[in-house]
Amino acid sequence: MADSILEVKDLRTSFFTDDGEVPAVDGITFSVKEGEILGLVGESGCGKSVTSLSIMGLLPSPPGKIVGGQILYKGEDISHAKESRMRKLRGNDIAMIFQEPMTSLNPVFTIGEQLTEAIRLHKKMPKKDLEARAVDLLKMVGLPRARELLKEYPHELSGGMRQRVMIAIAMSCDPKVLIADEPTTALDVTIQAQILDLMAKLNRETHTAIILITHDLGVVAQVCKRVVVMYAGKVVEQGDVRDIFNHPEHPYTEGLIRSIPDLFSKKDTLYTIKGSVPKPGSIKKGCLFAPRCPYVMDKCRTAEPELTGDRHKSRCFLHREDA
Amino acid sequence: MSEPLLKVEGLKKYFPIKGGLLGKVSETVRAVDGVSFSVNEGETLGIVGESGCGKSTTGRMAMRLIEPTAGKVFFEGKDILNLSKSEMRRTRKDIQMIFQDPFASLNPRQTVGRIIEEPMIVHHMGNSSERRKRVDELLELVGLSAYYAKRYPHQFSGGQRQRIGIARALAVRPKLIIADEPVSALDVSVQSQVLNLLQDLQKRFNLTYIFIAHDLSVVRHISNRVAVMYLGKIVEISDSERLYDHPEHPYTKALLSAVPIPDPDNKTNRIILKGDVPSPAHPPAGCPFHDRCPVAMDICAKEVPVLKKTEDGRLVSCHLYD
Repeated sequence: MADSILEVKDLRTSFFTDDGEVPAVDGITFSVKEGEILGLVGESGCGKSVTSLSIMGLLPSPPGKIVGGQILYKGEDISHAKESRMRKLRGNDIAMIFQEPMTSLNPVFTIGEQLTEAIRLHKKMPKKDLEARAVDLLKMVGLPRARELLKEYPHELSGGMRQRVMIAIAMSCDPKVLIADEPTTALDVTIQAQILDLMAKLNRETHTAIILITHDLGVVAQVCKRVVVMYAGKVVEQGDVRDIFNHPEHPYTEGLIRSIPDLFSKKDTLYTIKGSVPKPGSIKKGCLFAPRCPYVMDKCRTAEPELTGDRHKSRCFLHREDA
Repeated sequence: MSEPLLKVEGLKKYFPIKGGLLGKVSETVRAVDGVSFSVNEGETLGIVGESGCGKSTTGRMAMRLIEPTAGKVFFEGKDILNLSKSEMRRTRKDIQMIFQDPFASLNPRQTVGRIIEEPMIVHHMGNSSERRKRVDELLELVGLSAYYAKRYPHQFSGGQRQRIGIARALAVRPKLIIADEPVSALDVSVQSQVLNLLQDLQKRFNLTYIFIAHDLSVVRHISNRVAVMYLGKIVEISDSERLYDHPEHPYTKALLSAVPIPDPDNKTNRIILKGDVPSPAHPPAGCPFHDRCPVAMDICAKEVPVLKKTEDGRLVSCHLYD
């Protein structure tokens, strides 16, 4: 089994607002192995993006703050690392791509300038090699006319091309871990297919581990090897993608999978999870999913289940012997 | 067969791009370029396509929120493009719209009760107390409770706001509802709640829907018939069963194969299309899809294919089926 390159242990991130402390990420634990694609899924407000910002040291602070736990990169705890240390790691070891390809590129710099920025910061390279490297990167992400593109500005590119440029920038220093936060959500489905294809190819060729953050279970099923399902700031289930989809243990995971309309057959009514996601910190006692759970038991309202299991873990009393 | 509730013929919308010192029209964007379809009473027509294919513009033209450049729109047999302003306003009582963004489509300074009541005031329905009663009924109907009427939009979640948008559309008892991406801003678990609600309401009130969306699975779930659009044109239109099980147009095939299936054991071979959708200001000559089509022939670059009935009675616009 491959070693873990990044481990998140009992991470807790809170936002301190006028209304008090809001626990956005409430004790999550998972690890990413070298060269794998890990899916981090959940609906709006479950804390998946806050998790990624915590790892990158990019939390808006204040109000955000890591209040507990560890983030281990190659064994080194970076959860409270100095800014100078994070600056060395970011882009070079851990890189990130964002959802919005329209706003995450700087409109006043050329593609070439933005593409070589990270390389100039992290590696010493003669100017001539720098340009060759930039051209190689653009070719690697499947962009035509690489040499001309270097001199163009972001507004001259389509959404799909911009996301390719973002991926090229993220890959420019051969990072060990790439965090992709909803990388295809803003794209059309045919372009999404191109980008997912590209990410899978880069993963195979460069062996960069990818944390793919998404709300789209279809994307997860097609690309990821392992999956972490989050709900209201906690991990409710994790395991191999086949186990998660074929034998979901947590009622939330099951509900999510069953709520998706089927492309291959038409059902009369769709399965629904009743109610909506609770506000962070609003449920003080018991399982956070209990108010919406179809299998809820008395115990669920008073005690909170732990994340248990070996390869396939879930946070639910249904799968516990003592329940 | 009875008269369709809505019939659209040769609908076109060209937007001019003005440029230069004198503001001369330098180019035109052909957002919608000759679209025809009809919708029967009680059915749901889905319109799918990627950004910029003209599906929203088509939906808006069907209720004259955007004035078409050319074409005809018949609602219950009468040409609504010839109606005067006041006649059109009366007709809009029968055609209502649900919008995509539940955050932008509700006035933040009005109470939910007032938002739902407004269309009834515009159409002179009932007196004040009757309208209040109807607001309460509508709120219950969409799965909210009557005491929410005094609250403001910011106090609701995305799914609840979309329910408010639906209540507002239903307030004037319309016959046709045009829903433009009504669930795309919602999370999956909430999306399924809203889709079920729309289907329930359709059965109860014999509503007709035009359902515009980019999510192919959602469209299959809710539609009886589906039109696929590409660069301002309908490339294929048929009953949803056959369209999804046996797509005929190469674009429909590629679109369907690109959808990520939520099943790790079903990794079908995706047809990965080359490049991007061309700009509607410079559509390619011949078939608009030919430069990305995996099975393009010589004729495709020269002649524009027309929407024709195939052997099994659906409409496809492709030279392969000539």
